[in-house]
Amino acid sequence: MKYDWSWSVFLDTSSDGVHSYLHNLGLGALWTLGLSGTTAVCALVLGALIGVLRTARSPALNAIGTVYVEVFRNIPLLVQMFLWYFVLPEVLPKSLGQAIKGMPAPWNAFVPALLCLIFYATARIGEQMRSGIQSLPKGQYQAALALGLTPAQAYRRVVLPEAFRIMIPPLTSEFMGIVKYSSVAMTIGLLELTGQARAMQEFSFHIFEAFSAATLGYLLINGTLVLAMRALERRLAVPGLIGAGSAGKGGPS
Amino acid sequence: MMKALCGIAVALSFTLAAGAAQAQSRVDTIRQTGSITLGHPETSVPFAYLDGNQKPVGYTVEICEKIAGEIKAALGLPKLDIRYNPTTSATRIPLLANGTIDLECGNTTNNVERHKLVAFAPTTFVAQVVLMARKDGGVDVNDPASFRGKTIAAQAGGQTFKVISQINAKNNLGITVAGAKDTAEAFLMVETGRAAGTANDDGLAYGQVASSKDPSAFIIGTKSLEIAPYGIMEPKDDPEFKKLVDAAVLKLIKDGTVAALYDKYFNAPIPPRGINLKYPMSPALKKALANPTDSGDPADYQ
Repeated sequence: MKYDWSWSVFLDTSSDGVHSYLHNLGLGALWTLGLSGTTAVCALVLGALIGVLRTARSPALNAIGTVYVEVFRNIPLLVQMFLWYFVLPEVLPKSLGQAIKGMPAPWNAFVPALLCLIFYATARIGEQMRSGIQSLPKGQYQAALALGLTPAQAYRRVVLPEAFRIMIPPLTSEFMGIVKYSSVAMTIGLLELTGQARAMQEFSFHIFEAFSAATLGYLLINGTLVLAMRALERRLAVPGLIGAGSAGKGGPS
Repeated sequence: MMKALCGIAVALSFTLAAGAAQAQSRVDTIRQTGSITLGHPETSVPFAYLDGNQKPVGYTVEICEKIAGEIKAALGLPKLDIRYNPTTSATRIPLLANGTIDLECGNTTNNVERHKLVAFAPTTFVAQVVLMARKDGGVDVNDPASFRGKTIAAQAGGQTFKVISQINAKNNLGITVAGAKDTAEAFLMVETGRAAGTANDDGLAYGQVASSKDPSAFIIGTKSLEIAPYGIMEPKDDPEFKKLVDAAVLKLIKDGTVAALYDKYFNAPIPPRGINLKYPMSPALKKALANPTDSGDPADYQ
């Protein structure tokens, strides 16, 4: 294969004529972190809410949760990205639509991307939350009620704290997933890590170097994430509780 | 973890370098296999795209097919199969380097920087970066300053994005330059009012406007913001093959085949929907066809 590997290309001046490719890739990594970090925090809170709705005793709340999850889980992420970016401003009142379209770059791409990822991730985390709650013995909730707690208190004090601990391993995968699928934001013009790698190969033609750097970036971000989540799991472990104590003992987590 | 990754990268570089040492000329492979593989993009109207039967067609694709015919004659082969392989901007270089495709027939800009990695056949199209806008947008497509305070869309990370950003910065025009994934999306941004105009290569802009719902609603500028020669990409460091292909391209330019193909794709209805781009040949392209060159320097085309 005739290909001139050149790792020094990262120090070359990029297309903007000011910064190096390395600088731009770093900037892209920061946007990836900002986008996926904000998504993860918001989706965790909203996902917990969906999980509660899905396991609530009220059929109406159940239905709301189910509809939400099925809608946002079943539409491909790329399509959702386009809906938020192109379709939403058209269906809103005209002045609001114009305001959204008129946002300065890169916010005009960041905000729709963030909304899209939050809605999508919420559906997925909501489902994990539901399975986490349902994996608990029924007796936990009933005992909490028997002690005189209201349903809201039972969720807040007993069910959710346990469910969150059980959920840490699948949640780790989901957070890593968010980091990876944040790259779809490239399609609406946000120059995050993948977008910057693509821009770099477009100009320098050094495609392997550009995407090696992006790969390394994602590995570093997700590697750090795994370590952090493992530490969190150990820290929050309650001795004797299902799924939490095994982390430090080389269990299959 | 870092150590392992470095190891993988180093191992990969060696594998690729080792491959380069024993590579033979494409001329030999073409002779042995009796086939040539053309790489082509699928959505670059009218350079390389798919017709109603999903078959690759287009100005550059047809030039490449004629080149294959010339190669067949020059090598005295009884028959030469033409195979097609779709490419994208991200795959064209690796596929050319690893031998999957022999030529890339699309709309790749020939610039000096890229000569480090590939070679180019003599230029067969000269693109000019122009502005495009809605007719009722209240802007002058030949004057970037009239876009003050408005938004111009361009392909994110593309050459046109760079050009318009630089003009904006240099003249302090206060234009917001918005990134889009590709030409089609940049156009959609103008159609939906998200942007007042786009900066794009003229060939693609004509293709985009002609295939829109209402072509008369848009206007394309004539003032060139930058010149970009397009060339058919050839593998690097294969002088025997380059000589063969270049000779074929020169012959096709001299005998008027290229000019005829230009008229076929730019000034007549083209498949699949019978639209006509109505785009007369630019002076820069006329000059490039009169004095063929594979230079990547825009100054050579002015």
